[in-house]
Amino acid sequence: MSQTNSEMEALIAGEYAQGFITQIDSDTFPPGLDEAVVRAISEHKGEPDWMLQKRLEAYRHWLTMDQPDWAKIKHPPIDFQQISYYSSPKQSPKLESLDQVDPEILATYEKLGISIEEQKALAGVAVDAVFDSVSVATTFRERLAEAGVIFCAISEALRDYPELVRQYMSSVVPHKDNFFAALNSAVFSDGTFVYVPKGVKCPMELSTYFRINEAKTGQFERTLIVAEAGSEVSYLEGCTAPMRDENQLHAAVVELVAMEDAKIKYSTVQNWYPGDHEGKGGIYNFVTKRGDCRGDRSHISWTQVETGSAVTWKYPSCILRGRDSVGEFYSVAVTKGYQQADTGTKMIHIGENSRSTIVSKGISAMQGSNAYRGLVRIAGKAENARNHTRCDSLLIGDRCAAHTFPYIEVKNPTAKVEHEATTSKVSEDQLFYCRQRGLTEEDAVSMIINGFCKEVFQELPMEFAVEAQKLLAVSLEGAVG
Amino acid sequence: MLAIKNLTASVDGKEILRGVDLQVEPGEVHAIMGPNGSGKSTLAHILAGRDGYTVSSGEVRYLGEDLLQLEVEERAQKGLFLAMQYPVELPGVNNMSFLREAMNAMRKARGEPEIDTLSFMKQVKEKARQVKLDEKLLKRSVNAGFSGGEKKRNEILQMAMLEPKLAILDETDSGLDIDALRTVADGVNRLRSKERGMIVVTHYQRLLDYIHPDKVHVLANGRIVRSGGKDLALQLEARGYGWLLEEAAA
Repeated sequence: MSQTNSEMEALIAGEYAQGFITQIDSDTFPPGLDEAVVRAISEHKGEPDWMLQKRLEAYRHWLTMDQPDWAKIKHPPIDFQQISYYSSPKQSPKLESLDQVDPEILATYEKLGISIEEQKALAGVAVDAVFDSVSVATTFRERLAEAGVIFCAISEALRDYPELVRQYMSSVVPHKDNFFAALNSAVFSDGTFVYVPKGVKCPMELSTYFRINEAKTGQFERTLIVAEAGSEVSYLEGCTAPMRDENQLHAAVVELVAMEDAKIKYSTVQNWYPGDHEGKGGIYNFVTKRGDCRGDRSHISWTQVETGSAVTWKYPSCILRGRDSVGEFYSVAVTKGYQQADTGTKMIHIGENSRSTIVSKGISAMQGSNAYRGLVRIAGKAENARNHTRCDSLLIGDRCAAHTFPYIEVKNPTAKVEHEATTSKVSEDQLFYCRQRGLTEEDAVSMIINGFCKEVFQELPMEFAVEAQKLLAVSLEGAVG
Repeated sequence: MLAIKNLTASVDGKEILRGVDLQVEPGEVHAIMGPNGSGKSTLAHILAGRDGYTVSSGEVRYLGEDLLQLEVEERAQKGLFLAMQYPVELPGVNNMSFLREAMNAMRKARGEPEIDTLSFMKQVKEKARQVKLDEKLLKRSVNAGFSGGEKKRNEILQMAMLEPKLAILDETDSGLDIDALRTVADGVNRLRSKERGMIVVTHYQRLLDYIHPDKVHVLANGRIVRSGGKDLALQLEARGYGWLLEEAAA
């Protein structure tokens, strides 16, 4: 394998010498990153010049940065010159029928109750004409347009609404924020833009549409959601089905802006490839997600169910700038096999009477390692700020690990900050008890796990709460005993 | 319905049961008494299929099947119920949902449809009243934060709902005050029927003031050293276990 890689490298290096221009006509760039690649991505997408300048600025800054090493995760160093930074979705190999898909994946789809059409879309099988996704999507688009909601690819937004994007992009996560955010700012391939005008309640969950159209997520995704004063929107990314993806490194950036009285609910279900039984392969997921409660009484709520990836590094955060603004973080993170997760949140209280709630549920099984890392910062101006944190860990078996790293910084004496943490274990006694009452071991585990995660699941949109429950049961199958 | 023949079993290489024989027929209530460490709970656990015990010889037939070959949940689904000495807490698992899941698992195994919500609710409320279990506890997590008495009442409620063919009560009386003991005993007596066998494992005679067994067995040093009627229990109360142990040793 390594030999093939170095051969490839040599081949690519050779081509590089002859100039890059010929390369940009192809749909996939060769591995490697330099200014020419950044320029090529921007050009490929027909972006305005300011965007290119932003990318270049980010890229140059990224060169001066080091990969962070403070997280409770271990992985071989990432060679950023081995990665291809642009790949058109058209390039992904199309299979002719489900018969060509890995039966193990199909079995999982089956257990999750995913329809045949969706299975095909997810597994990358050419979808036949019977599945009329286009017309469904068009209906959704019409309804959104009627309400004045913009919901499109970020590259489309850069073309059609450049001023809106320019105003808000990088205003929450500046490109200098961290190593992976800088990388994303330089090379992001695509992503989603949502704009909800003043006073508009988005007429539908943006998940439904998403699931039909965007089954395949990019490697360096960029999402920007802006909710104007008094508006409301609920967005769900990801999918419970295991995602086939050849890219090992994922570094997304998500920015949310909530103006006065606006409410954004952002839910994630992440189930990317976690690696094989020996811990080989699997996605490295380094994500920067941040919401800015810019207006008074604004409200941002993050809910995440993280069951996939070999490495998860992710801290969806809220900057509570507005008075009486509210930030919430509800998380279930599962690590099994050799999965590692270092995840949590940051609640930065600046506005008076700002309130935040953190509910984190970490489940570790087999050799999985799960860390909660959370920062609650109450700034000097934040009179009467409040935070409540609840952080629970559940262990299955005796080879897994759970860690909790709470950081609390309080600079205002009127603040109320509470932190509760528990660690428990799915015990032999519990399983025996359930089985003695007629339940199978699998049902018993799933019942105990779902009980443990209940507070988080009830924050998910209804249909997904049910799927998330099934997902957890499937994820932890065979993890006991 | 249950026939135990020459059952020998050990834990971590230590022999606990040394040839137990016991025969239980439908409609009978058997009491198994004995000093601490005599193997009473081990016997109950082996019948329910708990891990960690090695059966080295002997045989257990239950409703015509080799019981020891069945999985824990299969035994439960075939009507074997164990009321535990230390009922386990299941944080986050709603008590009522748990009961319903358990009932449906049993029904599914018997090829019956799931119980409908209305009749389930009616039944569970009525039976909770009978065992004097506060209705609020039905909405809480299974046994989580329950008092000792509440946990035992909850066990009896589960037994009443699941309507087992063979019920084994493992030291259900331990740690109960006299009122709770009466309620638990009432619950057991209400379940006595021609079709149902029961094994009541207890250290003290006092439970047998309320549950009148058809047969009393004394388990000591891993063997049933004496079997008799209710008067055997009274004799034990008066004289303790010492004399029986001496006789057995002789």
